[in-house]
Amino acid sequence: MFYRETGQFKTNYAADMAIFPIRQDRIGIAIILAIAFLVVPFVTSEFTLKTIMLPFLALSVAVIGLNILTGYTGLISLGSAGFMGVGAYACYKLTTYFPDVNILIWIFVSGFFSAAVGVFFGLPSLRIKGLYLAVATLAAQFFLQWAFVRIPWLFNYNPSGAIEVPLRTLFGVPITGPTAELEVKYLICLCFVVVMTWLASNLVHGRIGRSWMAVRDMDIAAELMGIKLLNAKLMAFAVSSFYCGVSGAMFVFLYLGGAEAGTEFAIRLSFLILFAVIIGGTGSMIGSFFGTAFIVALPTILKFGAPAIGIAITGATAEKIVLMIIGALTIYLLIVEPHGLARLWQIAKQKLRVWPFPY
Amino acid sequence: MSLAQAAPAKPLLSPAMMGLLKVLGAFGAIALAIVLLVQSGAMPKGSVGHKVLAAPFIDMWELPDLFAQTIWEGLVAGVLYALIALGFVLIFKASGVFNFAQGIMVVFSALTLVGSYEIMTQRLGLPPGTVVAILALIIAIATMFVLAWLVERIVLRPLVNQNEIIMLMATVGLTYFLIGFGEYIFGGNPKVMITAQLGLPTGSTQFNILGGRVNIQHLDVAAAVIASLMIAGLAFFFQYTRIGRALRAVADSHKAALSVGISLNQIWVIVWFTAGVVALVTGIMWGARSDVSFALEIIALKALPVLILGGFTSVPGAIVGGLIIGIGEKMGEGYWGPLLGGGIETWLAYVIALGFLLFRPQGLFGEKIIERI
Repeated sequence: MFYRETGQFKTNYAADMAIFPIRQDRIGIAIILAIAFLVVPFVTSEFTLKTIMLPFLALSVAVIGLNILTGYTGLISLGSAGFMGVGAYACYKLTTYFPDVNILIWIFVSGFFSAAVGVFFGLPSLRIKGLYLAVATLAAQFFLQWAFVRIPWLFNYNPSGAIEVPLRTLFGVPITGPTAELEVKYLICLCFVVVMTWLASNLVHGRIGRSWMAVRDMDIAAELMGIKLLNAKLMAFAVSSFYCGVSGAMFVFLYLGGAEAGTEFAIRLSFLILFAVIIGGTGSMIGSFFGTAFIVALPTILKFGAPAIGIAITGATAEKIVLMIIGALTIYLLIVEPHGLARLWQIAKQKLRVWPFPY
Repeated sequence: MSLAQAAPAKPLLSPAMMGLLKVLGAFGAIALAIVLLVQSGAMPKGSVGHKVLAAPFIDMWELPDLFAQTIWEGLVAGVLYALIALGFVLIFKASGVFNFAQGIMVVFSALTLVGSYEIMTQRLGLPPGTVVAILALIIAIATMFVLAWLVERIVLRPLVNQNEIIMLMATVGLTYFLIGFGEYIFGGNPKVMITAQLGLPTGSTQFNILGGRVNIQHLDVAAAVIASLMIAGLAFFFQYTRIGRALRAVADSHKAALSVGISLNQIWVIVWFTAGVVALVTGIMWGARSDVSFALEIIALKALPVLILGGFTSVPGAIVGGLIIGIGEKMGEGYWGPLLGGGIETWLAYVIALGFLLFRPQGLFGEKIIERI
């Protein structure tokens, strides 16, 4: 079939170790990017852009971040939503103090604030492991959530207690705030996602990523081999929180356009992100996207798709049934493929490669 | 027999007790330092140091009735946290699953109880009263058994021997399912617990002691008594019955238990059912203090610091941890909360647990972590 590597000879080490070793993969990724940049914003309806594409892009950055921590370094964190909140508030404060600097720079820079907070809350990971650490990171989640509500300086003393996203422009085109076009927001989110994914992919395939994976597989052995656990673990926390922070800033500034942290960055979102990591496949970049698509699209599809095919369910009942289906589907997916959707994708590709033979 | 073969001298105190003593000693030293600081005038009244380190303790000393009330409330909250944590520990020991759904099982069982009582009295026209309440109780217990059986069949059996994080996620999936299912069947409105019909005492008594009034709810006393009875009963069940012995064997080693002919599947059903009954009791107690609704979900998260404080595998740890967290939380909120603007109850428990964990990474009573390459 079309997906074959026959005739593609690798003549050097770099080609052998390439992330996309097969030409069809490279063509495929180019086509996907072209569609995402050139076709999607002009074809899809405003509704799809707003309810599926924007949250998908914003959250996928956070899911990649948590995947770096959980999937590559083996540290479970339930504080991702808190770190997202740090990014959102940092971005808000920065753009109020320095309104002249472009918001895109601030969205990126706010990740560093989140990274600093992440390193602080990552310190216990040096002594605490596994599920104990997961529960310990809840301390970060609840403390940060409390801080967002109780420290009025963070939301500029707004009487509503919420972030009100101001109007900011790029080359005269509004990109945040109520007047910004959805298509513009989408394209900006997409650029962020592409850049962040590229950075993350390079990071995990390099020296740092390899040290993370060594720590994940067995931290004592990694230490014996000369990997400094302190550096590796805190680095993972920093990078992961950086991604969460950028994602949080994107989430509020480009998707929601205003948020109350008490409700938006709650524990539920933390779980949802961990969910996406596990369902998508731990330790896999493409899995992060699969997982995000799953958690973002599924509720929407169930809510609006079921009436479309003639199953009439009212709003209140629909929510309960959606919850039930999500729960059941999660268990089912974990039973069928505990290694996530990324493994299914891999199996499918392998089958295609040797088709029509079974192996 | 030579001397060398004699058993090594037993240490006077177990390591856990020694650890506890060390912690207490450290606290004593800190307290002494604070007293010295205040007495020497290094911390004048009104300074930040005085407000944080000295003033709350002076308040405790000067208003002992308020202090006693705070301790009592913390104790009651602690018992309830301990009960939830107990359910976690039972399941974690027997199946190695971190059962995130325990908190939802609390709500779900309480909802089943109240919901079936409502259905029987309102739709079937049975006379409201103790008889129907007990019937509802039986239905709730039966539901928890069916749930345990289904969970074992559908979730645990196919996922046996999987990574712990995958099991955790499966129980999170179970949580979502139970929330949706519970709301679908019983509706999302908060319900009132059938406290009086179940024969639980209501009302409160005021004691005039310590130069003030201490208010004690009868229900809280009942909760503490029932919780103690249940823990004693569980201890007896574990120690002296055949199934209890099998449960302990499974907790020790799955493989060894299998090899001597203990059915893991059967044990898992029993353990999940036991945890379900514990959840039901917790649900009744907690539901009687507030309404029964899925907002109670938040208490499940409160049980997690209790769990890491006591250790995932220790029943006494769950109880001691629950009391420490309960009392620590209420005291922190009452005496130090105002300094930070209140509402610190939401995260204080985690910080307390984290503080303990930094010194004992396996929790107060958890099994010592031995790592090998």
